[in-house]
Formats: sequence, structure tokens, C-alpha cells
Amino acid sequence: MNFWEYVSTRHQQLLTDAFQHVSAVFQCMVLATVLGVVIAVLSYRSSWGGSLAITSTAMILTIPSLAAIGLLIPLVGLGVPPTVIILTLYGLLPVVRNAIVGLRGVDPSLVDAAKGIGMSRTARLCKVELPLAWPPILTGIRVSTQMLMGIAAIAAYASGPGLGNEIFRGLASLGSANAINQVLAGTLGIVVLALLFDAAYVLLGRLTIPRGIRV
Amino acid sequence: MSETVTGPTETPAAGTTASGATIRLENLTKSYPGNPAPAVDNVTMDIKAGETVILVGPSGCGKSTTLKMINRLIEPTSGRIRINDEDVTDMDPVKLRRKIGYAIQSSGLFPHMTVAENIALVPKMTGWSKSGVKDRVEEMLDLVGLDPREFHGRYPRQLSGGQQQRVGVARALAADPPVLLMDEPFGAVDPITRDHLQDELIRLQHELHKTIVFVTHDFDEAIKLGDRIAVLRERSHIAQFDTPEAILTNPTDDFVSGFVGAGAALKRLNLTRVRDVGIADFPTVTVEDPLQLIFDKLRDGSHNELLMLDRRNRPYKWLRRGDLMRAKGSLARAGQLVHDTVTRDATLHDALEAVLTDSGGRVAVTGRRGEFIGVVDMQTLMNSVHELLEADRLTAMEHQHDLEHLRGHQTEQELEGGGSGL
Repeated sequence: MNFWEYVSTRHQQLLTDAFQHVSAVFQCMVLATVLGVVIAVLSYRSSWGGSLAITSTAMILTIPSLAAIGLLIPLVGLGVPPTVIILTLYGLLPVVRNAIVGLRGVDPSLVDAAKGIGMSRTARLCKVELPLAWPPILTGIRVSTQMLMGIAAIAAYASGPGLGNEIFRGLASLGSANAINQVLAGTLGIVVLALLFDAAYVLLGRLTIPRGIRV
Repeated sequence: MSETVTGPTETPAAGTTASGATIRLENLTKSYPGNPAPAVDNVTMDIKAGETVILVGPSGCGKSTTLKMINRLIEPTSGRIRINDEDVTDMDPVKLRRKIGYAIQSSGLFPHMTVAENIALVPKMTGWSKSGVKDRVEEMLDLVGLDPREFHGRYPRQLSGGQQQRVGVARALAADPPVLLMDEPFGAVDPITRDHLQDELIRLQHELHKTIVFVTHDFDEAIKLGDRIAVLRERSHIAQFDTPEAILTNPTDDFVSGFVGAGAALKRLNLTRVRDVGIADFPTVTVEDPLQLIFDKLRDGSHNELLMLDRRNRPYKWLRRGDLMRAKGSLARAGQLVHDTVTRDATLHDALEAVLTDSGGRVAVTGRRGEFIGVVDMQTLMNSVHELLEADRLTAMEHQHDLEHLRGHQTEQELEGGGSGL
């Protein structure tokens, strides 16, 4: 059976896996974005707070993902919980770092003007600082998503959802008839999905970045 | 003839609804931790409703800090701020700032919002109705001289520096605050645009009568815009707080005169308008007059020169006695075209410029539609400048005398008080 025959006979399974993969990455990305922006908002004003946030999220990224997910299994069990935790934590760094850089990069005279015309702290943040920091934050989200697409494959190790299952099954049965096809289908699937995601972000950028600051 | 502005005790223009508020700074001090010398040291200042006060001083003298303490962008370490006799030193700063317009250098417009959104910010925050906000935006754009239909939906980066600054002022005034603080608002635009914006601000202030506190390091700007000028030295100590005239003619010390710079008398010319000096009459003829009449007028002696007006009474040509002869009786070739005129609203500085460049040493003054009113010449200018300076000097002396008198009185009272305490 060649690769295309394999894909056409197993497309049902592949589509389900692909959908689950995307859905896991997307949901974890939303979580990571919210968490990351909150961390950035809380820490960007103090220099050590910002460094602490960036360093600690960077440290998380240095832990090998396979080891991390393995270590999580005894704590939270198999399946969805370790997947979500791993993906969210790994997705934090680019978001946190870009959000801090973006928020710090807002022209101080604009913040001064916002204060001067009587905007409250919350209004300043929501109406001025975050909208102006949004382009770099979006870039962070984009980088983060690319990364998570790959890392999500590891989730299959903890019986998580997604295309990683194809890859792991293939690797476990190397030498058998469809092993290479399985690995190939999983890998190519992830690459294609990542590209689609990226295109979606370009569109999102067009829709959400105000015309006045679009480059 | 000339209008001399009296000392600082003068009340603001009566008969107008002064929508401004008084501002009173009492012993305002700002010190930063780790720095023994305060940035602003014990400033006390009274600003009247509807008055434009300029804080001027060298960079780093604390003038900006003083300004920012009024809307508490910088919290004073000690001292009180009163606006319309209401102590605002401990008021919620966000509420306070909504009642104080704030315009800064580089306009401070939010680049991700359109012009209209920028202007609408404060009215929206203070809870205006949607239609009210919309009308207000149009009104404000109109006020600062921008066509609402054209500029409504533009983003700040699509505007020139001067236009951005106008929108900045419109935003500051949008919620109709009684007080307007301006922190070097015209510092970043080119000289020509700056001149326009200054004229515009004068016009606005004429209509609105806000209380304006304006920070600049440009003394000429201060003279042009200020009802009163506070010259500040380091740590915001007030070196002199008086009308531009008084500061120009009677600087209190070397620091002030150093800051005023050379040519105080020349700068004084900027403060007086042509309408305030004697505009002399001048014999005129019109282009439609018959040649014979012009000949006769020139020959009959009292004047060497005539001014020829065009059909709409606008100055056209200077005619000297010999000119017609030399041109062999052709009016078209005789005389010298009038190349420069001034209006009655022009400053004496402009008039002097025109007189100096004119070969005959005089300039024609015109009315609103360019019609001839009279002539100003070198002699008139010199006389009026002398008079002005003399009057200024007298006022300043009187003022000083009053102050000394007051001080003497106070010491007396203190002595008496001390005496009775014993």
C-alpha cells in the first residue's frame, strides 16, 4: 500500500486526529494567551518582575517535553489533563515575552497623555496600552502556535489526543507494512495544519490590528 | 493713543463670560527620594480665571513638573492646589484630570484611534450621550480649523505635525474644561506652523476664555501668548511673575534680563499693534483721476509725494514730484509700486520691518478689505516706541513702589504684633 492509498483508506481516522490536534492546540493557545498577557500586565512595570516572568517561562521551555509529560502522568493521570498543562506552559514564553516587550514599548508620552486626559488605570491598559502592544503580542501567539503544533504530537505519549497517535503507532511498529505511512501521515498532517494556522493568524491580524498602526 | 497694560493687579476682561477657573498654588514642593534638593521648591502662584499664564525658564528648571502637579500627573510632596477655591490636592486624580484639558508636545494622539475617536475620548468618559459626543467632535474640529468631513476618519499618522497638534488641542478642549494645561505644545513643529498655531491659540482664547497654563522655553512664544509670564529659575523659583511688558522693560534681575535676551525694546514692538499708534493721513489720488488733477496736486507744494489708489481704494503706487516728468506723462510707467502694506492688527515689529525695507521709509496701512487707511512712517514709530517704553517704565516703578509700600506696611504690622505680644 503506498502513502496515498493509506491516506484514503484511513482518512476518517486521520481527520478525527487532525481535528483533535487542532482543537487541543487552539484551546491551549487561548489559555496560554490569556495567562501570558495577564502575567505580562502584572509584571511589565517592574524591571525585575518582567525579567522574572521571562526567565521562568523560558526555563519551562528548556525541560524536554517528553520528560515533562512523563513526569506529569503520575500527578494528573493520562489523557487530556497532562496534554493541556504541557501545551499551555510551553506556549507561555513567546506570549509573555512579546507582551512585556510590547507593553514596555508603548510611547511613554502616550501613557502620559492618557493619564493626563483622565483615563483610569484600567482604561489606559485596555484602550491604549494593550491595543498598541497587540501587534507584537499577536506575533508571539503565532510563534507559540507553531511550536505547540509540534509539541502536541508528544501528547500521544500520555494517551492524549491528536496526530501524535499516528506517529507513535508507526514508530512502535517500525518494519511493519504501514509504519512509515503512519509516521509520514502524522508528520505531514501537522505541517499542513501549522501552515493553515499561520494563514489564519495573518487574517486575524488584518482584522484586529487597527488601521492606524498597521505597518 | 497707545494702550498700556497696567500691572498684575488688573482684572480679566470684563463683560465676557469667563469660563475659566482660578488656580492657586500654595507652597507647592516636589522632592524625589534620594535627592536632597527638591525639583520644585515652595512655589506659590495665583492664576486668575480666563488668564493665560506662561511658565518659562531654562530646561530642567522644573516648569514642566510644576505644570504636571496642577493635574497631579506628579503628586506634590507638600503644598496645596486650589482650583476655583476648591482644594483638589486630595481629590481623585482621574476625576480631577477630566476637568482639566491637557495638551502636550508631539500631540499625544493615540495612533490606533481615528481623529474623531481621539477627540471623543474625554466626553465619552464623562458620560455624554452618543449624539452629544458626535456633535461635539464636529464642533471641536471646526473650532481648531479642520474640516470635520475630511478629518473625521483619519488616523493621526495621516496628518501633518501642525494638524496633529490642532487635534491634540481639540481633544484637550472636548469636554469643555475650565482649565487648559499645555506642556510645550508647539515645541516639535516647524517655525511657520508654530506661528500659525500660536495665532490660532490666541484666537481660540479670545472666544473661550479658558484659564491656560502654558509651559515653554521660548521667551518669544511667551511674550506672544501670555497675559502674564512667570520666569522660573532652577527648582521652579519664580524670578519674576508679571505682564510681558513689565518683564521686557523692567526685568527684576540679571537672570531675567539674561533670559529675555538681547533686544528687549525690539521684542516690545511685538506687543503693540499698529492700531495703537498714530496712523497719519496721506494725500491720495486714484487711478481714475484725470492727469491734470494729479499734476496740480503734486505741484501745489505741501507734499512731495502722493499715494495712488486703485479702483477699490487699495494702495497702488507712490508718486513723487519728478516721477511724472521722467515718465513723460505716462501714468503707467511713473512712480513706484506699493509692494508691502500692513493691517491695523499687525504688530509694530511687522510695521518696522516694512518701513525699513521701504525706500521712502513709510508703509501704507490697510483695512480689512485692503482699503487704504493711512500711513505709518519711521518718525511715528520711533515716537511711539519711546512713549511706550516710558509708560512701561513708569508703570513698573509705580508697581515697585506699591510693593515696597506694602512690604513696609507688613513689617510695621509684624513689629506692632510682636510688640503687643510682649
